[in-house]
Amino acid sequence: MKNNTPLPVASFLNQFNDAEKSFTTSLLPMKKDAIARFEELGFPTTKNEDWKYTNVFPILNNTYHTAANEFNVKSTDILKFISGWENDTVLVFENGKYNAALSKLQNLPSGVIAGDIKDFSDHPSVNLYLGKIASYTNESFVALNTALFNRGAFIYVPKNVQINCNIHVLFLNDSRANSTVCHPRNLYVAEKGSKVKISENYYSLDSVNPAFCNPVTEINIEENASLELCKNQSENENDFHIDYTAIHLQKNANLNINTITTGGKIVRNNLRIVLQGRNASAYLNGLYVVSGECHVDNHSFVDHSSPDCYSNELYKGILDDHSHGVFNGRIYVRKDAQKTNAYQSNKNILLSDDATMYAKPQLEIYADDVKCSHGATTGQLDPESMFYLRSRGIGERESRALLTMAYAEEVLDKITILPVKEKLQEVVHSRLMKESN
Amino acid sequence: MELLNIKNLQAKVEGKDILKGLNLTVNPGEVHAIMGPNGSGKSTLASVLAGREEYEVTGGEVLYKGIDLLDLSPEDRARKGVFLAFQYPVEIPGVTNANFLKTAVNEVRKANNLAPLDSKEFLILMKDKMKLVEIDKAMTQRSVNEGFSGGEKKRNEIFQMAMLEPELAVLDETDSGLDIDALRVVANGVNALRNKQRSFIVITHYQRLLDYIVPDFVHVLYNGRIVKSGTKELAFELEEKGYDWIKELSPETAKI
Repeated sequence: MKNNTPLPVASFLNQFNDAEKSFTTSLLPMKKDAIARFEELGFPTTKNEDWKYTNVFPILNNTYHTAANEFNVKSTDILKFISGWENDTVLVFENGKYNAALSKLQNLPSGVIAGDIKDFSDHPSVNLYLGKIASYTNESFVALNTALFNRGAFIYVPKNVQINCNIHVLFLNDSRANSTVCHPRNLYVAEKGSKVKISENYYSLDSVNPAFCNPVTEINIEENASLELCKNQSENENDFHIDYTAIHLQKNANLNINTITTGGKIVRNNLRIVLQGRNASAYLNGLYVVSGECHVDNHSFVDHSSPDCYSNELYKGILDDHSHGVFNGRIYVRKDAQKTNAYQSNKNILLSDDATMYAKPQLEIYADDVKCSHGATTGQLDPESMFYLRSRGIGERESRALLTMAYAEEVLDKITILPVKEKLQEVVHSRLMKESN
Repeated sequence: MELLNIKNLQAKVEGKDILKGLNLTVNPGEVHAIMGPNGSGKSTLASVLAGREEYEVTGGEVLYKGIDLLDLSPEDRARKGVFLAFQYPVEIPGVTNANFLKTAVNEVRKANNLAPLDSKEFLILMKDKMKLVEIDKAMTQRSVNEGFSGGEKKRNEIFQMAMLEPELAVLDETDSGLDIDALRVVANGVNALRNKQRSFIVITHYQRLLDYIVPDFVHVLYNGRIVKSGTKELAFELEEKGYDWIKELSPETAKI
């Protein structure tokens, strides 16, 4: 096994040795185990069924530098990313490091924590959940993250606290000087009866050097709690992004997660949701609007392990130029999960003859009293709709933009974090206008 | 000067010849009704005038205000004042009627070197036109034609026409699928838009619509050609006798 590990992986092993001293002592045993596991697993090849359509080896064609100690990003650099967030709490991570000076904690009810997980390493919830929700046993990027992470967002909402403002986490790649890598490790805990809305925003400052962002997010939503998470992935066209998000839902818990990808070179999202408690519900929505050489892969796994739970998944893609999309959605209904309702749909529009989409919906049902459906479609814009718009004086370009925007809105409409929704509407609209050129 | 001049127009769709030498002249302010049995080429004429790509023009010409209409893209035809009311309006989920119309109105204005309407000006214009065909505010906020009844769809077509203020409006079987009340609303809208500059080509299978929209001329289309033209009395004659006697006027059919 070790012999098959490609050589460049060694650079990550070296990074572990360099950073080892800075890790919190209590986490060290887990980290040592994770780096050993990463060494065994190496990067997944396309022979691995889960990575069949996503070749991650281009990630290794670069030498990455871990973040320097000083901060280089100025408040003026992030203005365009944080506009609209004036009344919300904002956590800023620069190349994975928490930048307290650019962050802003406000309008949070007492007892709520939003900050750098490093500062809360002895918090009971951190002890309880960190490393316990996302398993690295068979996931090399999770192993890599677990071994190398040092920072990340920690959001804790105590029992029965409902937060009215939003919490935005900005992960900014600054590879202006060198190619960079970061492994943010996030943990969100919503205790019983609480409510919180979080957005994760991934951007890069303008640069030709690639950035590699490898975040892992663990989330526990307790009884009767509700959590909304919006992932806004808008990195540069040379950047790599491998996301792993694992979420546990307890009894009556509610999740609304939206993953919107509008940038990057290789983007892989692994979403693993476990409906552990009765009557929990999860809404998973995704939208990818990509062009150029972008490759975006959404893998989701919804594990119905309790009765009476509900899941509804809608992923939509708009692919132009030579872009590639992959959708692999798996719904797994365990034997005891009677009265499950699980729905899944993947729809794609190809705007170019060279764009490609691979879709693989999977249903595995071991209970006998369930309602499940899944489906995937890939096609072009409806010519009759195009003609209708054009016959009213709307040009071909604008007609395409109107129709594709309407198509995208079905997903964007699910976002209730308004400043993020509005920004994404703008980004998607301008992207679609550009693509229609 | 004539607004529209169709000379010896021939067109085919899916390899089949449909129009076989159609001639028609429309002057400003005139209403021309085109009648004919199913399959005579009525809707093909409408589609060719609006620029539907699947219809291939194989001969003849169409001059609109002296320029070659067939050379223009569908959007350019609309920007120059040609409007087609669809027989089967398309449903467009996710695009609100208001947003759609604002985009359309402003694209047409832009092409005619007019400043775009701002939201307030647009709303005033829309409110004014909504009355014509009894469109309520809720309808403008719904997605274009989505879940509309047959009557609502046709009213929406006339509403769009009112907003875009075309010089030549082609109504393709606007009466199909309408009950008498809906028909009256639609016809009243059309009549309110009649003026000395605006011309209409009203395509219909039945004389009924022409009780409400009274035409200046009636033409009978059969087998891809206009075989008889007259005034509104011709429509009554067709209503009374049906289309069979028309076939005798068609030289091609006579051969069969």
